[in-house]
Amino acid sequence: MIEVLRRLGRTGLQFFERLGRGHLFLGYVLLGVPEVLSRFRLLVAQVWSVGVLSLVIVLVSGVFVGMVLGLQGYNTLVDFNAEESLGVVVALSLVRELGPVVAALLFAGRAGSALTAEIGLMKATEQLAGMEMMAVDPLRRVVAPRFLAGLLSMPLLAAIFSAVGVLGGWFVGVGLLGVDDGAFWSQMQAKVDLHDDILNGVIKSVVFGIVVTWIAVFEGYDAVPTSEGVGRATTRTVVHSSLAVLGLDFVLTALMFNDI
Amino acid sequence: MTVRGLCFAHGERKIFDGVDLRIARGKVTAIMGPSGTGKTTLLRLIGGQLRPTAGTVTVDGQDVHQLSREKLFQLRKRMGMLFQSGALLTDLSVFDNVAFPLREHTDLPESMIRHLVLMKLEAVGLRGAHGLMPRELSGGMGRRVALARAIALDPMMILYDEPFTGQDPITMGVLVQLIRKLNDSLKLTSVIVSHDVKETSAIADYIYVLSGGKVVGEGSPEALGRTSSPWVRQFLQGLPDGPVPFHYPAPDFLGDLLGGGSP
Repeated sequence: MIEVLRRLGRTGLQFFERLGRGHLFLGYVLLGVPEVLSRFRLLVAQVWSVGVLSLVIVLVSGVFVGMVLGLQGYNTLVDFNAEESLGVVVALSLVRELGPVVAALLFAGRAGSALTAEIGLMKATEQLAGMEMMAVDPLRRVVAPRFLAGLLSMPLLAAIFSAVGVLGGWFVGVGLLGVDDGAFWSQMQAKVDLHDDILNGVIKSVVFGIVVTWIAVFEGYDAVPTSEGVGRATTRTVVHSSLAVLGLDFVLTALMFNDI
Repeated sequence: MTVRGLCFAHGERKIFDGVDLRIARGKVTAIMGPSGTGKTTLLRLIGGQLRPTAGTVTVDGQDVHQLSREKLFQLRKRMGMLFQSGALLTDLSVFDNVAFPLREHTDLPESMIRHLVLMKLEAVGLRGAHGLMPRELSGGMGRRVALARAIALDPMMILYDEPFTGQDPITMGVLVQLIRKLNDSLKLTSVIVSHDVKETSAIADYIYVLSGGKVVGEGSPEALGRTSSPWVRQFLQGLPDGPVPFHYPAPDFLGDLLGGGSP
C-alpha cells in the first residue's frame, strides 16, 4: 500500500518537475526569439524544413477531406432540398474545425516528429554540448529558430488546408453532383463570418502551432541521449501533441462558439 | 588552471572525492585512468557544463562555477574542446563547421573568414577536404576537423576528450603529433583525458592518474614509470591482474557451481 502511494507520489513529482522544466525551457526559447528575427536566414531555412516540406501532405489531405465533406454534406442536404447550402457546410466545417485540427495533427506527425528527432539526435551526438563549449547557446541557435518557424508555419498550413478543402468540396458538389455553382459560392460568402468563423479558426491554428512546436522541441531537447531515448521522445511528441490539440480544441470551441 | 577539492556525485554514486590538479600554462597535461573513472565528467566540470558538489575549478584566475552565464560564455570562447565523437554539426560542410565559431562570435567579412578557415584546416592537413560533409569523413579526419574548429578562435586552452580512442595506428600518430605541434606553435595549454598510456605519455609533460574519484599518482611520464605504487604500475603497464582484480566480486566459484541457487 505504502509502496503504491510512494510510486504515485514519485510519478506525480516527476510529472510536475517536467512540466516546470518545459515552462522554463519555453521562457528561455522566447528570450532567444528577438535574436532569430535579426538572423533572417536561419529562420527561412527552418520555415522551409518545417513548413514547406509539410505542404504536400497538407495539400493532399486537404483536398480529400474537402471531397469527403462534399459527398457527405450533399447526401444529407439533398433530403431537405438544401443542397445549395453545401458551400456553407463545407466551408464552416473546414474553417472552424477541420482545418486547424487536422492540419495540426498532420503537422505533429510530419514536422513535430522530425523536430524532436533532429534535436534529440543532435543531443545524442554531442552537437548541442559542442555548441555550448563554443559559447553558442543551443537554445538560441538551434531551438528558437525552429520554434518560431513552427509557430509561423502552422496557421499558414491550416489556411492552405481549408482553402484546398473548399476546392475539393466544390469539385465534388458542383463538378460531380450538380450543385449550382453560383449558390455554392454566394451562400458561402453570405454565411461565413470573418470574425466569428475565420478569425476564430486562425486563433485555434496559432494556439495549436505554439503547443505542437513547443512539445516537439522540448521533447527533443529533453530526450535521453540514446537511440532508444530519441525514439521514445519522438513517439511522445506525436502522442502528446495530438492529445493536446484535441483537448485544446474542445476548450477553445467552448470559449469561442458558445455564447454563454 | 587549478582544481581544488573537487567533489561530484551522480545520484548516489560518488564520482570525484576531493580531486586536486594544477595544470601549468603552455604545457600538455594528461589525465589518465581506467574507463568509468569520470574523466569526461571532469572535462565537463572544467568547462562549466556540470556543477561540482564541492570544490572549485579556477581557469585563468576565474572560478568557473561562480561566473554568470555571460561571463562563462566569454571564458568558453577562450577554451576549445575536442569531443570524443568530434561533435561536428552534421548539416554543415567541413568549411562551415570550422567557420561556425567565427561566424557566431565575430563580424569578420566573409573573405577574412575564408582565409582563417583555410589556415586552420591547413594546420590539421585537411584544407583539401573543406567541401566535404562530416558523414564523408573517416573518424580520424572528423577529429582533425573538430580540432581545426576548436582552434578557430585562437583559444588559450584546449581540452581533449579521449582523442586517440578507436583510431588506427597512422591516425593515432598523426593526432599525437598534431596535439604536440599545435600546443607548442600556438602557445596553448592542453589537457588530454585518455587511457591510451603509450600515446599520451609520448607527448605529455605531466600526468595525473585518477582512480576511484581520487588522484592516485602524478608526475612526469619518466617519474611515473619509476613509481612504487602497484596500482599505477598495473595501469601503466596494462597488467590483467593486480590491485585491480580481474574478477568482478563474486561468491566462491565452486560453491556457486554446486549450489544451484538462482542463476
